[in-house]
Amino acid sequence: MARAVTTKRKTLTTALAWAIGLLIFFPILWTILTSFKTEAQAIANPPIFLNFDWTLENYAIVQERSDYMRFLWNSVILAGGSTLLGIIIAVPAAWSMAFVPSKRTKDILLWMLSTKMLPAVGVLYPIYLLFIELGLLDSRAGLVIVLMLINLPIIVWMLYTYFREIPGEILEAARMDGATLKEELLYILTPMAIPGIASTVLLNFILAWNEAFWTLNLTAVDAAPLTAFIASYSSPEGLFFAKLSAASTMAIAPILILGWFSQKQLVRGLTFGAVK
Amino acid sequence: MATKASRSAARIMMAPAVVLLLGWMLIPLSLTVIFSFKKFLPLRGDRITDRGEGFGDFMWEYVRGFPTLDWVGFENFSRFVGSSSFWPSVWTTLVIVGGVLAITVVLGILLSLLLDQPMWGQGVVRILVIAPFFVMPTVSALVWKNMFMDPVNGLFAHLWRFFGAEPVAWLSEASMGSIVMIVSWQWLPFATLILLTAIQSLDSEQLEAAEMDGAGPLQRFGHIILPHLGRAITIVILIQTIFLLSIFAEIFVTTGGAFGTRTLTYLIFQRVLESQNVGLGSAGGVYAIILANIVAIFLMRIVGKNLDA
Repeated sequence: MARAVTTKRKTLTTALAWAIGLLIFFPILWTILTSFKTEAQAIANPPIFLNFDWTLENYAIVQERSDYMRFLWNSVILAGGSTLLGIIIAVPAAWSMAFVPSKRTKDILLWMLSTKMLPAVGVLYPIYLLFIELGLLDSRAGLVIVLMLINLPIIVWMLYTYFREIPGEILEAARMDGATLKEELLYILTPMAIPGIASTVLLNFILAWNEAFWTLNLTAVDAAPLTAFIASYSSPEGLFFAKLSAASTMAIAPILILGWFSQKQLVRGLTFGAVK
Repeated sequence: MATKASRSAARIMMAPAVVLLLGWMLIPLSLTVIFSFKKFLPLRGDRITDRGEGFGDFMWEYVRGFPTLDWVGFENFSRFVGSSSFWPSVWTTLVIVGGVLAITVVLGILLSLLLDQPMWGQGVVRILVIAPFFVMPTVSALVWKNMFMDPVNGLFAHLWRFFGAEPVAWLSEASMGSIVMIVSWQWLPFATLILLTAIQSLDSEQLEAAEMDGAGPLQRFGHIILPHLGRAITIVILIQTIFLLSIFAEIFVTTGGAFGTRTLTYLIFQRVLESQNVGLGSAGGVYAIILANIVAIFLMRIVGKNLDA
């Protein structure tokens, strides 16, 4: 090898990288640890790192006091529903743009992207008003539609970049062999498109789960997801660090795990295929 | 070659997405533009319809341009810019966007260079570094606000006391620095991940050749790696700018816009929903849309070029 790496250098790099990695991860680690402490231990000085009486009582209190499960369920419905709806609408669109491109395909794609750039606050009141007029304020259905629409450009783009990597020759060969459009879709494209669709679902689920502008402004009680649930902790009351940590841990744990699987998709999805 | 039949099928398949996005863009946008030229204070009794409350009535008034609301010309636009909170909010926005960009891009480059080196447990380190990106904004803001920046019980306060210093009330005394810090923590993973992906696509033979020709690490960085990263850096800056311009939850749950942290986005939010001066807020919204579009044009050019390739 031209660039032989000495063990000493590798050890140094490893130590430095781990130190920085742990430093960046520390707030999350600290939150998880604190969620298992008592309120007194959570604010102890000097801080207690691992040597405390591990307890699950914060989780019980959080669930009991604010019906955590309802917020969790709303998050699942909003993120899952908007992603599913978005995929159903985006797959045909991305499919046709990738396989039957026309002169306008590029313009349409760029225009879709431009709707994503529209600052949410610029249309806050109109959406708020439309929600009131349509009786959608604080309803899951309304939020599912809004979250679907804000992520639709990303879904179309991601699917488009994945579909474009499916070689067109395969389709042509199938057509020569007399495959109908339906067969083409069912037996050739679908199996090849599944990984791309799965990645798109994953990333958009995460984005919808963490969305915190519309969910904070358009929900109150019935449709409020975890983002709003956590925001209710912004006015402190007595000792609450351990409870805040337990609530936070429950809100981020599922998505942290999903996120670890979606590193690559993150780059593709959020740079619109410009960095691969 | 695509046949005529498949072309019309393609059009039909595209239609739902195009129609929905068109509606999503045009209806709220046109409402914002109409309101920005109107006096509209719902709390003082301004109503958009004289008659019933049904959606049909609403659409009818919408088509007619809401005649029950007084037309005020460009008054909202001049009053929004003329208000004493406008320029501070522009400044706050610039400092937050600029500060976060500077921190995330510089640290992102260093971090991605480090993560590209051979080491043990690379996969795990990468996961640790990326994790903050997946934490929802309300959680990261509240965790930082309370468990780290709380002037009495926060970890920073403990640390300051340990060194015999007076604890700092971060979010009121150093509010801007604190917000920039929290937001940078959230966005550093994004910058690092994209820059790392770009570094890994660099041809290693080129680096080896340069090394054999006697180029030192700094020269290799300045002449090969940095130019190669140029496009990825531009993309990171543009995409982050779009997202950072509309930062909301982080300010909503920490300072609520107090202590000089009221960004343009937050100012519009307050005008529209808190004080319910819809005309004024909508004029602000139009400004925000124009500002975002200026950034967007540059981003679209780069993405568009990539589509041709």
